Amino acid sequence: MSEQADGKRISFFSARSRGWHVDAFWMLLSMVIVLVMWEALVAIFGFPAHLLPRPLAVVYSLIEHWNTIVDNAWDTIAAVLAGYILAVAFAVPIAILIVISPQAERLLYPPLVATQSIPKIALAPLFIVWFGFGIETKISVAFLICFFPIVVDTIVGLRSIDPSLIQLARSMGAPPSRIFLKLRLPGALPSMFGGLKVASALAVVGALTGEYIASDSGLGYILLSASGEMNTALLFGVLIVLSILAMIFFYAIELLEKLLIPWHVSQRSHTQ
Amino acid sequence: MPEITRQSLTTSPEASTDALIEIDGVGKTFTGQDGEQIVALEGTDLKIGRGEFVSIVGPSGCGKSTLLNLVAGLLETTMGEVRIDGKTVDGPYTDLGFAFQSDLLLDWRSVLRNVLLQCDMRGLNSRKHEARARELLHSVGLDGFEDKRPFELSGGMRQRVALCRALLLDPPMLLMDEPFGALDALTREQMQSDLLAMWQESRKTVLFITHSISEAVFLSDRIVVMSGRPGKVREIIDVDIDRPRDLSVRDSAEFGAIVHRVRLLFQEMGVIH
Repeated sequence: MSEQADGKRISFFSARSRGWHVDAFWMLLSMVIVLVMWEALVAIFGFPAHLLPRPLAVVYSLIEHWNTIVDNAWDTIAAVLAGYILAVAFAVPIAILIVISPQAERLLYPPLVATQSIPKIALAPLFIVWFGFGIETKISVAFLICFFPIVVDTIVGLRSIDPSLIQLARSMGAPPSRIFLKLRLPGALPSMFGGLKVASALAVVGALTGEYIASDSGLGYILLSASGEMNTALLFGVLIVLSILAMIFFYAIELLEKLLIPWHVSQRSHTQ
Repeated sequence: MPEITRQSLTTSPEASTDALIEIDGVGKTFTGQDGEQIVALEGTDLKIGRGEFVSIVGPSGCGKSTLLNLVAGLLETTMGEVRIDGKTVDGPYTDLGFAFQSDLLLDWRSVLRNVLLQCDMRGLNSRKHEARARELLHSVGLDGFEDKRPFELSGGMRQRVALCRALLLDPPMLLMDEPFGALDALTREQMQSDLLAMWQESRKTVLFITHSISEAVFLSDRIVVMSGRPGKVREIIDVDIDRPRDLSVRDSAEFGAIVHRVRLLFQEMGVIH
């Protein structure tokens, strides 16, 4: 163990620990600049509060409505996670099936592409009819919108194995199942994570869309009511909360990626 | 000693030859996407003796790789048959080591674990072969690299690891499909003499595909020159250069003469002008 830790091999831990403070500094700096410019803009041009509230007014509004925001945020988070997890649970096996069986590909791929060409948001009214105004509608929209990128990127990943590698494995007498588990699947992970990261952002879009059209809870619902009341400070506050949540989600997936595929070219140290 | 063995072999009826690999009237036809029949290989006969180093040279698309895959049992013959050790090959023949132009190292495994891929693919206990893997890595000058990842190695080092992987279970036969094709000229020459040194010691049967005429002459006992579309054996040339050979062989007159002969054949075929 100690030999590995001391070795000069490029570990993502060392790469991260070096860059961590620097990254945080730049992020903080860029946020401060945005806030200062925002405050200055409002002060100089005297925008009315219902168009562009001062940053401080947004903070006050956040504090004032904090409990409501937190309660509703849980609804949104639940819908995002449920839609996302369901999408992964269905998309990955279907992608595997399509790759290992030509029959499954002929059977599944055309309807998959066909449903993909329907704008998912256009399906939302249908979900209202089916599921009503509960969390199911939100989950369904999030699920549908996440599904396709995961399927496509998993298929691409599983297919991009070097044919010579399969030849090599067969010459070692490996059965197809072993080739799949030990060579194809690990090789597909980088591409799969591409899809998983895109889908993580889309899941939030899906859940919010669901909340816009058919919900009486969630951050999307608060956004709509705040907009109706011209409560722009609250609008901004919820937007900030939403983007922070989406960022946490995205980075959680990225962390998982770093843990699972530290060997991939995308995970190596930036400083070279 | 070899004379005696050969005599005793010829007298016994079932073992009429000391060939390890017998390629007997082998042809391979592929069906293209539009149903068109593509003849990759036609009526190929070749016998490769135990411990012999045979190279196959030929223009691109002359069925060299197809032939290798047929020998390994990874493809089915359309005509004729391949016999190894007197037994007809049907299905993957696994008592061999395979090396390709691409080293095919897995990025998610350490160098040592890449060598041990043999065990994982065959369902063997890799712990039992770890010592042998380390020894092989040592023999190609890669001590201290066991726990590195492949991307930390140079092209030549990576191909050495691939060679160790092929040799792990000490197979009697090596199939090599342009293994040094992607290396720079200097590394390539080094790898050639390393391979030759290894072969000199272990005397494995090697079937080696290359595009380089001088590489083929330097390494081989015999060179199989193939013509293209459909692939066929054009001529088999004996390389009567004394072994063990070192790099100075390349400057000898006999080396030049054989290179010249192979090049003339290519010119006759219109591959080079």
